[in-house]
Amino acid sequence: MTDLSRRKLIVSGLAATASVAGLGVAARIAQKYGLVPPDHAGLYGPGETLTYATQRLLTRHSLAREFPRTKISQRPLANEMPPLNDAFKRLQAGGFADWRLSVDGMVDRPASFSLAQLKSYPSRSQITMVQCEEGWSYIAEWIGAPLSHVLDAVGVRPQARYVVYFSIDPDWWDSIDMADALHPQTFLTYGMNGNELPVGNGGPLRIRLPRQLGYKNVKFLTHLTVTDTLKGFGKGSASASPEGGSYAWYAGI
Amino acid sequence: MARLESVRVPSGVSLTNPASGVPAMTVTSRHSALIRVTHWITALCFLALLVSGIEILISHPRFYWGETGNVLTTPLFSLPIPSSRRLVPTGYGYVLPDQNGWSRYLHFQAAWIAVLTGLLYTISILFTGHLRKNLLPGQGDLSWRTLSTTIARHLRFARPSEAEAWSYNVLQRLTYLFVIFVLFPLVIWTGLAMSPAFVSAVPATVTLLGGQQSARTIHFFVSLFLLLFLLVHVVMVCLAGFRSRMRAMITGRAGPHMERT
Repeated sequence: MTDLSRRKLIVSGLAATASVAGLGVAARIAQKYGLVPPDHAGLYGPGETLTYATQRLLTRHSLAREFPRTKISQRPLANEMPPLNDAFKRLQAGGFADWRLSVDGMVDRPASFSLAQLKSYPSRSQITMVQCEEGWSYIAEWIGAPLSHVLDAVGVRPQARYVVYFSIDPDWWDSIDMADALHPQTFLTYGMNGNELPVGNGGPLRIRLPRQLGYKNVKFLTHLTVTDTLKGFGKGSASASPEGGSYAWYAGI
Repeated sequence: MARLESVRVPSGVSLTNPASGVPAMTVTSRHSALIRVTHWITALCFLALLVSGIEILISHPRFYWGETGNVLTTPLFSLPIPSSRRLVPTGYGYVLPDQNGWSRYLHFQAAWIAVLTGLLYTISILFTGHLRKNLLPGQGDLSWRTLSTTIARHLRFARPSEAEAWSYNVLQRLTYLFVIFVLFPLVIWTGLAMSPAFVSAVPATVTLLGGQQSARTIHFFVSLFLLLFLLVHVVMVCLAGFRSRMRAMITGRAGPHMERT
C-alpha cells in the first residue's frame, strides 16, 4: 500500500466518517417512521431493513391484486400442518359455536368475539392469491370482516404500532405493523368460495394478508394483542417462525 | 517508479521510462479500481444468490405457467431432484431439511448488494467512457466478416491477440452487453414480480409477464443463462491465461508481457 497517498487517505477517511454519520441519521429517521423491522439486527439485518423500508414506503396504501371469479383455483390447496390439538378438536366437535377471538392490549374496550358476532359485521370478500414462500400458489375468494372494523370496535389507542395474533396452537403466532393491520384487505376470514372456511385452509378463523406470503396468514385465530413494542413477545423475533426456522418477520417478498 | 495507474495503453504501445529508456512494465492498469471492486462484489453476490436460490428452489422444484400452480395442478415441468417438503411428489423416498429461513434472508440481502453495485457500475461506465470504448462494438465490428473471424478464432481456441489483452473482442462485447442490459434487468424484474407487496404497488410488473408463476419460471431460466455465462466466463479466463487475467482483475496490473506467463 505504498502508493496510497496522504490525500487518498484523508479523502477516504472523511468519506467513511460521513457515511457512518449518514447511516446513523438514516437509522434514526427510519426508526421514527416505522421503517425498521423487528429482525433488523444480525447478519441479514441490513438487507431485511432495506426490503421492509422500501416496500413500506412503496406499498403503504396499495391494494393486492384481485382476480375475476373465473381465476379461482378449482382445488384450493390445504397445506400440511402440525396435528390439531385437543382444544381445537373440542371446539370442532361443537361446530365451533364456542370459538372465541379475544382482543386486548392497547385498546379502550378489550373484548371477546364469537364467530357469530364477527359475522354480524358487514361481510366483505376478496378474490386474492395465496402465495407460499416455497413457490406454489392458489387463488380463492376469501370472506370475512376487515380487521380494521374489529380494531375500531375495541378502540385502538393512538400509540399502537403492532398487532400480535395467536393461533389456538400455542407455538403459532405472528405480528404485523399498523399499516398492514388497518389495510382494507386485511381480513379476519371465516368463509371461502361461498362456503365456511375449511379447516385445512385455516377455518374457522384465519387472518388474511394478501400482500404478504402464506406463512404470515396464521390459521385458527383465537387472540389478538395490540401493542407499541414487540419486545417481550417470544425471543425478540416478533413471531413464532423465526424461533422455529428463522423466517423473516416481513414477508412482502 | 512512476505511478501511472490510470493510464490506458492501447495495444502495441510500450511505455518507456524517460530517464533510462527502459520499458517500464507492469505500470499500466488493465481494469480501473471501480471495475475491479464491482466485479468481485458482484461475483460474491452471484455465488450467494445461486446457493440460496437452489435452496429455495428445492422446496418446490416444479414450474408452472400463468398465475397459479401447486401440487394439485399440472406443472409445465418439474426437476428430477428431491425436495425439502413432504407434500411435493418427487419419487425420492426422503425429504431434505428445510433451509428456506436463512436462504431467503441471504437471497434478498445479496440481491440488494448486487443491485446497488450494478447501479454504481452502470452509472460509472456511462461517465468514464468504458461503455463506449470497451463494451459497445466498434465501427465495422458487427460486419459478418469480423464476427465470423472472431467466432472461428474462438472455435480454434486461438490465443487472444495482443489487442484483446487490452480490450474485448466483438463476441465478448456482445455477451457482456447482453448480460448487463438484458439478463440482469430481467432477473431483477422477474424477482420483483414474485413479491406480492411490490406487485400491489406496480401490478404491471407481473401482468406483463403473464402471471406470478410465469415470472417464477422465467426467473429460473434467466438464472440458468447467468450460470451458463459464469461457467463460460471462467473457462475463457482459464484458456486466456488464468494467472494474468486474475492478476489484472485483482490488482489491475497487466502488460503484454504477461501473456507469456
